[in-house]
Amino acid sequence: MNKPKLVLIGNGMAGIRTLEELLALAPDHYEITVFGAEPHPNYNRIMLSPVLAGELAFDSIVLNDLSWYQRHGIDLHIGRRIVAIDRERCTVTADDGSMVSYDRLLIATGSRPVMLPLPGKDLAGVLAYRDIADTEQMIAAAACCRRAIVIGGGLLGLEAAYGLKQRGMEVDVIHLGPWLLERQLDRQAAQLLQTSLEARGIRFHIGRQTQELVDDGRGRVGAVRLRDGDSVPAELVVMAVGIRPEVELAEAAGLQCNNGIVVSDSLQTFDARIYAVGECVNHRGVGYGLVAPLFEMAKVAAKHLAGIGGASYPGSQLATRLKVSGIDLFSAGDYQGGDDCEEVILSDAGAGVYKKLVLRADKLVGVCLYGDTGDGAWYFKLMREERTLSDLRERLIFGETSLGDGGHQGQNRGAAMADSDEVCGCNGVCKGTIVKAIKEKGLFCVDDVKKHTKAASSCGSCTGLVEQILSATLGSDFQQAPKRKAMCGCTDLSHAEVRAAIRDRHLLDIPATMRELQWRSGDGCSSCRPALNYYLISTWPHEARDDPQSRFINERAHANIQKDGRFSVIPQMKGGVTTPAELRRIADVADKYRVEQVKVTGGQRIDLLGVNKEDLPAIWSELGMNSGHGYGKSLRTVKTCVGSRFCRFGTQDSTGMGIALETMLATMWSPHKVKLAVSGCPRNCAEAGIKDVGVVAVDSGWEIYVGGNGGIKTEVAQFLVKVKTGDEVLLYSAAFLQLYREEAFYLERTVHFIERVGLDYIKAQVVDDAEQRDALARRLHFALDGVPDPWRARVDDAALRQEFTPLPVGRHRTQETL
Amino acid sequence: MMHWQAICRLDEIPLRGSRVVKREGEVDIAVFRCADDRVFALADRCPHKGGPLSQGIVSGHKVSCPLHGMQLGLEEGRALEPDEGCVGRFPVRVVDGRVELDTTPIAP
Ligand code: SRM
Ligand SMILES: Cc1cc2nc3c(=O)[nH]c(=O)nc-3n(C[C@H](O)[C@H](O)[C@H](O)COP(=O)(O)OP(=O)(O)OC[C@H]3O[C@@H](n4cnc5c(N)ncnc54)[C@H](O)[C@@H]3O)c2cc1C
Ligand code: SF4
Ligand code: FES
Repeated sequence: MNKPKLVLIGNGMAGIRTLEELLALAPDHYEITVFGAEPHPNYNRIMLSPVLAGELAFDSIVLNDLSWYQRHGIDLHIGRRIVAIDRERCTVTADDGSMVSYDRLLIATGSRPVMLPLPGKDLAGVLAYRDIADTEQMIAAAACCRRAIVIGGGLLGLEAAYGLKQRGMEVDVIHLGPWLLERQLDRQAAQLLQTSLEARGIRFHIGRQTQELVDDGRGRVGAVRLRDGDSVPAELVVMAVGIRPEVELAEAAGLQCNNGIVVSDSLQTFDARIYAVGECVNHRGVGYGLVAPLFEMAKVAAKHLAGIGGASYPGSQLATRLKVSGIDLFSAGDYQGGDDCEEVILSDAGAGVYKKLVLRADKLVGVCLYGDTGDGAWYFKLMREERTLSDLRERLIFGETSLGDGGHQGQNRGAAMADSDEVCGCNGVCKGTIVKAIKEKGLFCVDDVKKHTKAASSCGSCTGLVEQILSATLGSDFQQAPKRKAMCGCTDLSHAEVRAAIRDRHLLDIPATMRELQWRSGDGCSSCRPALNYYLISTWPHEARDDPQSRFINERAHANIQKDGRFSVIPQMKGGVTTPAELRRIADVADKYRVEQVKVTGGQRIDLLGVNKEDLPAIWSELGMNSGHGYGKSLRTVKTCVGSRFCRFGTQDSTGMGIALETMLATMWSPHKVKLAVSGCPRNCAEAGIKDVGVVAVDSGWEIYVGGNGGIKTEVAQFLVKVKTGDEVLLYSAAFLQLYREEAFYLERTVHFIERVGLDYIKAQVVDDAEQRDALARRLHFALDGVPDPWRARVDDAALRQEFTPLPVGRHRTQETL
Repeated sequence: MMHWQAICRLDEIPLRGSRVVKREGEVDIAVFRCADDRVFALADRCPHKGGPLSQGIVSGHKVSCPLHGMQLGLEEGRALEPDEGCVGRFPVRVVDGRVELDTTPIAP
């Protein structure tokens, strides 16, 4: 027997959902043919935003792969656009001329993005944001262009802006409305949203209108000119100003259209054989642009197509969320209210939370939540059920959890859910799926769950729920603290064990160490490699080979990297003392290389800020000064005060003492940075009390303090010893620092090292045991002996300069010269 | 159609290191050489705040951004969990010890 033929035009979310519902009800009822203009099987259009932001791959957003169509015997034509419907003959014609007849036709052609009719709208680099092809173009543009402009600050525009920002572009949003998302949010919530997007680096031009897209001279967009005359440069412009139902085909076939194909409550058009669902329809005068209502339409249309009549679509209430990671926003219904409405508002700008409920006649009619959207679904339910609120009224704003006894309800929401309840709305993940993954794959944290189930990986608003499910499923295993402090994920050994092994087994390079100690990943990671490199060279000076590739860029380039990728140059200026000749050379270099800023540092020397990496060797050469190591886990500065040579209170030559210390320690690497200071009297103008080694002169000699720190947490240095002569200052300082170099863990500053081993231990080694003191100092001198100044070394050795030379592309090098 | 351009010899890129290909008016390209001598080319701009990835520490097939330590997989050009974001990739290959680059980005 011949089955009736069903043809679907539009292989998108609403159409295919209708087929899914239909196949579930009546699997063999029709012979089905599908035409889709896009060259893809049905995919989850709403997930284009996470794809753009680099959070998901294209593959992972396919909803129905080709085998699904095959399994259900569907004749699929992708990359085929239907160009005509002949309602008399009951046929449709595709753009390749092929013709198919139908008994029932389903139109689900979606909508097309509105392109503003501006001069320049056809330039290359001007896009809409609707499908995979648009997204691919945006990703490609982000790889080679710097600046993007998004026109339109609605949901789509903001997701586009966020995605492009995530891909490293500079993004400006031009929005004509009075505030962002003016159809979903009130002014206050929109302001919070804008502030937090600005904190992510997106710039906004609110209440401003675009006048023209300006040609860069090569047929590509180069800037956007605004109505008020300003112009904003950009190589990519994304228009996200709205959608228009795709009705051309239906209109040409004589179906009644009015801003959408007009359908009845059974989703039938005026031709009883033709149904329409999705964004292309106008139902009771309303068009929808979100998936939830389309899915409700799909259910009703499927019932009618399956011959199970009676279902009727009454229209939908809408709730929206913004899919920008880390931003929680929920809005539903009539958030603006009116004269007959009451508003309940909770606003805590400090915590970034804003909630507004709109009530009319004791019912909830609108919700707008920012920052804390946990109760969004609950409010939405109250709205849809049109529940009267008199009993809840007082606590309504505090959410569902405030209603239970003692407030446990909220924490147990995850536990109380049924396995079939949906947890993640974006990815359609149910509780059962998450519990199964946790149990079967041994997941312990939210990130694991994200990776394995995709739950909480899109808008993130269900993260709290996922946490609850984790803790309910794992019980006490959840949040279990790690048993021992391993150096990093590449090994189970601690810093102490690794240090000891390097010493005891005479290990000399990183590969050998990793092999010997059975490193888990053959190549280590960015946290263990620098530590190993330091342990090797400090344990086996002149024997172990330094590995520049295992050093942080600062120590590899001998300059400090800055936020824009340029570098700073701090020449050594021992004890803070300089000469007119040095200052002249610094000035000349600063002029010649257009150094952006010359600054006196907090360490008594001069910093040249904003230097291009390529210029570093030349600058060092022309400065003719040594490196100040202002970038390394190394000696930084020795600050000094004026001292007895000029100061009326000075008891000793603190400046000279500082210079002697800096000379001795200039090329010293250490577990963390090391700062010294020498003051000429207890007035302590050099601030020796907060240095790793602080020296304070008194009439009868010098007091030495250790373990001070003026950084993240101020720590006052502790008294170590009082000595008589300058030579003793050098000796005790050397011995203490060598002990630190040999026994502290990488990235442990002196204060934390002393806290760990105890000041008594330090004193026993450095103060009480003269032999040990001498031995320590000797080992330090041996290690530093003959180590060249790194800047000079790079000026002198061309091979070492490779680090600083960019590669040319195109012009200079040919196959032959390589 | 690929447009391969020879940019340097493989041994001119340090093992577990990278070199930068500068481009006029366009984002620079970082060319990485991993411990196994595989090469990868990414836009030299971290998805977090634009840090120059070429300056990061390379281990395995990943690089850690020098500015705030975001880890990116070199094969996919994608931030490793739990970070998010990704960068443009470019075709690159080694022929007879020469590194050849195509400056047209790979479609994701
Ligand atoms: C240049 C300078 C600021 C200035 O203009 O005055 C500076 C600049 C930086 N400091 Fe500092 N610190 C500078 C003096 C200080 C001081 C004061 C001092 O040394 O007398 C302190 C507190 C003293 C101390 O360290 O105990 C200081 C405590 C820090 C800390 C916190 C360290 C801690 O253990 O608590 C960091 C972070 C770190 O090193 O991990 C830091 C890190 C930095 C870095 C290197 C951040 C970085 O990694 O990029 C800054 C580089 C900026 C750039 O773009 O070049 N800077 N920094 C000062 C350089 C002094 C010099 O001549 O070498
Ligand atoms: C980037 C982005 C993010 C979004 N985020 C969300 C969100 O978070 N939440 C939400 O609820 N909604 C979101 N939406 C909206 C949602 O994707 C749409 O509402 C939904 O996809 C509409 O489904 P549809 O089937 O009506 O149209 P579509 O999914 O667009 O499907 C229509 C299909 O028909 C094809 N077609 C058109 N004409 C023809 C023809 N003549 N012949 C053959 N084929 C044709 C089109 O090529 C298209 O593939 C988002 C949309 C975008 C673009
Ligand atoms: S205090 Fe130091 S680290 Fe912080 S911004 Fe200033 S220079 Fe940079
Ligand atoms: S810029 Fe790369 S981690 Fe911040």
